[in-house]
Amino acid sequence: MQKTLEKIGASTISVLEDAGRTFNLLLLVIWHLLQPPYKFYPIIRQIYFIGARSLTLIIISGITIGMVLGLQFYSILERFGSVNLLGSGVALSVIRELGPVMTALMVVGRAGSSMTAELGIMRTSEQVDAMECMAISPDKFLVAPKVIAGMLSVPLLTAVFDFVALLGGYFVGVFMFNVAEGSYMNGMIDAVVWSDVRLGLIKSIFFGVLFSLICCSKGYYMHLGKAGSLGAEGVSFVTTDAVVLSSIAILFSDFLIGSLLQ
Amino acid sequence: MQKLNIQLIVGIFVIIGIASFTYLAVNLAGVSFTQQQGYTLIARFDSISGLQAGAVVEAAGVRIGTVSAVELDPINYKAIVSLRINQEVPVQEDAIASIRTQGIIGEKFIKISPGGFEELLTDGMVISETEDAISIEELVSKYIFTAE
Amino acid sequence: MTDPYVQAHSTAISVRDLVVNYGERNILNGINLEIPAGQIMVIMGGSGVGKSTLLRCILGLKKPTAGSIHMLGTDITTASTREMYRIRKKMGVAFQGGALFSSMSVAENIQLPLREHTQLDEKTIQIMTRIKLDMVNMLPHEHLMPAELSGGMIKRTALARAIIMDPKLLFFDEPSAGLDPITSADLDALIIMLKTIMNMTIVVVTHELESALKIADHIAILGDGRVLETGTPQQIRLSQTTAVQNMLNRKPRETVVDPEAHLKLLVGNNY
Repeated sequence: MQKTLEKIGASTISVLEDAGRTFNLLLLVIWHLLQPPYKFYPIIRQIYFIGARSLTLIIISGITIGMVLGLQFYSILERFGSVNLLGSGVALSVIRELGPVMTALMVVGRAGSSMTAELGIMRTSEQVDAMECMAISPDKFLVAPKVIAGMLSVPLLTAVFDFVALLGGYFVGVFMFNVAEGSYMNGMIDAVVWSDVRLGLIKSIFFGVLFSLICCSKGYYMHLGKAGSLGAEGVSFVTTDAVVLSSIAILFSDFLIGSLLQ
Repeated sequence: MQKLNIQLIVGIFVIIGIASFTYLAVNLAGVSFTQQQGYTLIARFDSISGLQAGAVVEAAGVRIGTVSAVELDPINYKAIVSLRINQEVPVQEDAIASIRTQGIIGEKFIKISPGGFEELLTDGMVISETEDAISIEELVSKYIFTAE
Repeated sequence: MTDPYVQAHSTAISVRDLVVNYGERNILNGINLEIPAGQIMVIMGGSGVGKSTLLRCILGLKKPTAGSIHMLGTDITTASTREMYRIRKKMGVAFQGGALFSSMSVAENIQLPLREHTQLDEKTIQIMTRIKLDMVNMLPHEHLMPAELSGGMIKRTALARAIIMDPKLLFFDEPSAGLDPITSADLDALIIMLKTIMNMTIVVVTHELESALKIADHIAILGDGRVLETGTPQQIRLSQTTAVQNMLNRKPRETVVDPEAHLKLLVGNNY
């Protein structure tokens, strides 16, 4: 009984410590953002890794998910005889929910894991210490470009995801089920208003910052946690942790943002 | 060389992303960067049952504007609806504004039926002839009542 | 401090009463050390005596539990981040595993401090890089990535990166660890050359006795979290301290074993 309580206590403390470090990293990144001079090339390099290199994955998954949505919505709406709502159904669910969430989850799997692993390896092989000893702030040089690139890349990828998902839905609706093209398009145009697009945008920016902060802090502060003394195995632990934690954080905050900003 | 390549690819990526976003914002959500030419009319309804700002205004099935605001007149409990009508569409003084539904459970929209007068309504004027939303429940109960 | 050798030179780093605890484990217990300027100081000791911890404290990577470290006129145990970075621009560190940035080539690794801290034009940066690469004999390999280098090449690249800013202080962690005798002799020669031509204060942490005696102007021997002995290589050779003599003669540790107690230790009380 006491052991169970101790375990719960210990894991609560470690979760709180993690959250504290992540928040600390956020403050550090903001602090560095306020201090010129700025170097843009590191950010561009990170956008290349996080954003541009994820484009293929995002396009393929976007089209697939759009098509699946078209298929499912059609069979549901057909029962109620409201097939003319297909366009608006697909468009709203993609723009408000699925676009930001699916994109963020994909990017976590592709780029977030490599962020954590990269920083974790740099930490275990003393590269972070070496940088510190060269009077180069590692949180400015290594972490800040990643977080800023994450914040910029996820919204851009989400927009691409939304666009191709709508194309996929359009394809299924108009070409497979012969829904009138005009009714489909007008359904989308009438249903989607700026607040829907804005909600998607806010979500995607938030997810971008959230996942890159969590993934960076897991790798960067690896030496402070339990995994710090485990070397290569520790890197694999924190990478798994970072992906799981980021995914949960994205899904949970999706609900929070959704309920706060109707 | 490699540096240039990365910058080029990132540039293309950013353009694709911004283009997609612009499509969503402008073509779907109807955000316009130039103020859409148009004028505003007011219509009073006893009940609008679920009509919301952003809903479509149609004439003969063609989109001619949007509902820009929905408010309640607190004195006589009427709904005051502001309609943003495209500049090139004239609305006569005796035109009728009625609230309709697309399909049975579809969205509410406002239908403008043209009138016969020559005087046209201008910005800020009131459409006096209005028809409330037809609620399905009322329709059904009416039908049952008359059938008895 | 009674040591005449130290008194003859001004002090670059002075460590006073340094104590470091990891949790409940005591690693360093009252270290006092004066590191003379313009000399090669070798910190020696067996594995696990706290050499690396001492170095990390001097580099400012670890806050000690108690005590002070004065470096270039500042107490780095209480220095702010800004002050610390100012001091660090005057020091170079070659880590044990090299700690080269794996995403950058040899040349890019070496150029990083120049690019971050100076406004030099590209041509000057290239020339400075080539001079330093030439000093460590890495010029033919400047385009290789760290993963393609041998152990000796990694150490030499790390050294070149440490001296790129012409620091006043150079720290070298285990220069000969994991290297064959010839490569490690090359590195020793390189370290001596750096002292003579660039007039640096060099601190080398090592457990290799031979190379320590060869390169050092001054040796400090650590043991049990304290400084056991300091002096010139000559003085160290003649030292009467048992621990130092054991080290010099490569004598294994003497442990008195009580058979009964040892059995208990291995199988527990209830056998």
